[in-house]
Amino acid sequence: MVTKLSLDALEKKANDIREDIIRMLEEAGSGHSAGPLGLADIVTALYFNVMDYDPKNPDWPERDIFLMSNGHCVPVQYAAMAHAGFFDRKELMTLRKYGSRLQGHPERTKLSGLENTSGPLGCGLSQACGMALAMRMDHVERKRWIYVVMGDGEQDEGNVWEAAMLAGKYKLSNIIAITDRNNIQIDGPTEEIMPLEDLKAKWEAFGWHVIEIDGNNIESVIDACSMAKAIENKPVMLIAHTVPGKGVEFMEYDFTWHGKPPNREEAKKALHELRTLGGKIRGEHE
Amino acid sequence: MNNMHLLTDITATDIVQEPIRKGFGRGLKTIGDANEAVVAACADLTDSTQMSLFKEAHPERFIEIGVAEQNLVTVGSGLAAMGKIPFVSSYAAFMPGRCWEQIRTTICLNDRPVKLVGSHAGVSVGPDGATHQMLEDIALMRVLPNMVVLAPGDSLEAEKATVAMAADRRPNYIRLAREATPVFTTAETPFEIGKAYVYTPGEDITIIATGTMTYQAMVAAEKLYKDGVDAEVIHCPTIKPLDAETILHSVRRTKRVITVEEGQAAGGLGGAVAELLADKFPARMHRIGMQDRFGESGNPNELLEKFGLTAKHIQLAVHAMLEESK
Ligand SMILES: [Mg+2]
Repeated sequence: MVTKLSLDALEKKANDIREDIIRMLEEAGSGHSAGPLGLADIVTALYFNVMDYDPKNPDWPERDIFLMSNGHCVPVQYAAMAHAGFFDRKELMTLRKYGSRLQGHPERTKLSGLENTSGPLGCGLSQACGMALAMRMDHVERKRWIYVVMGDGEQDEGNVWEAAMLAGKYKLSNIIAITDRNNIQIDGPTEEIMPLEDLKAKWEAFGWHVIEIDGNNIESVIDACSMAKAIENKPVMLIAHTVPGKGVEFMEYDFTWHGKPPNREEAKKALHELRTLGGKIRGEHE
Repeated sequence: MNNMHLLTDITATDIVQEPIRKGFGRGLKTIGDANEAVVAACADLTDSTQMSLFKEAHPERFIEIGVAEQNLVTVGSGLAAMGKIPFVSSYAAFMPGRCWEQIRTTICLNDRPVKLVGSHAGVSVGPDGATHQMLEDIALMRVLPNMVVLAPGDSLEAEKATVAMAADRRPNYIRLAREATPVFTTAETPFEIGKAYVYTPGEDITIIATGTMTYQAMVAAEKLYKDGVDAEVIHCPTIKPLDAETILHSVRRTKRVITVEEGQAAGGLGGAVAELLADKFPARMHRIGMQDRFGESGNPNELLEKFGLTAKHIQLAVHAMLEESK
């Protein structure tokens, strides 16, 4: 089992994870920047406070399940897993390289601790439904939780809504889905490419309990997960408003950072900013 | 007939006819009774795909997905992740027709042993027409790494295949037909995933058939025998992995091959055998099947006749090939 961190420690952990994301992406020379940075607080909250699992025994039968449905954001998951002790942090620098267990998009069969293979969008919630139905048959439904992180652009996929309908029908209340509502996708702002609003009303219409949160506030993520667990007869969707590129000012809110990595100069600048919390403190290594 | 324990008189007028999908329904019920891990999900076609027997016996292990095939197979992936043995069914035109990428990513690449059941394959679906007559399923499924592809020859074999699928730890696709077709095997006829069987031994030519077409090939071989031609019929219920040993053992002797299937010859059984022979033992070959076109409405016999998928057409094709080499 992993130790649950306090709020201060969680905030520091999220920052460390952001630094690793920048280093990994710069080293890889390709990959997605904005999404993983924006998700760092959510993923940190889940891996270091909310979820029960054992990095030394990834197949522990009572573990909670984490599914990253938007597989392109996997660098944040890899970084969290390394910090949690699934593997050595040095291995993070092999991201996307030949022979690495850290594939460009997550592959379950390559790295133990991953629960799914994803990249093509829209599938995580369906897999969660299958898992939740199996847990119901095995009578462990209210003992294990399934966390599904999804992108907002991902919700253009019809498959998402097929799963939404099924989870609503069967009232799969051990699914806690989290939408990374960062308002960007590859081609531009979501509301220009394919409008999603009123997103809350949509999920509610499909039979879900919806909670809107600030996805860059770790405390509100943890609180929302506690609230979600108390909802006994509906699946829960957390619409987590996040800042794409969060923590690196020149990446924040800029959709052009969705699908590219920082170069050496940009990485240096980004790391400086993260170490000094945007100039608020002096970096330890400066 | 031989150690295959087939019916002695396969052309008897009173031979039992039953849709292949019925055998699947019985097999699923049997394996569901025996193994609690077996679960089933369907996309609004529970009776048609014959999952209803299982559903009645084990309602707590049956999931109705609604008309949503992408969700159907991906939910299957999630069920398998939790240690279940999920059978998911629809019409083959919709599953795998509608949801190939989900099968590729969440089942094959993710290596989850989901059991995909595609019913109503082939032109013998009849009146529903081309939209519902799935012809490309074998081609779509056999190119996927990790996937096993099955097309049983009658309802009894479908029953055995279903039981075998539950014990196989790979993803599987099984192709079923709608119409009643003769039951010409018996309880003792062997079936194992990955094996092809010499149903009629012969020396002059090899006929390799799968699914509903094996019966037609057997009838053709009887007619050919009367014509003085000694044709070997290999029944190939597993298209992937292909039983190369049995096929090559036959073709090395006969040097002539005709494949027969109720689907696109391109990429289907015909494609699989052509690839094998091109690599290992190039031989004169002819592929009977749908020739790069769609079906249409009609009764099954009219359509099989129109598209050249009968014993008579196989008989003629054999004569034509033997004629070439005279
Ligand atoms: Mg987005």
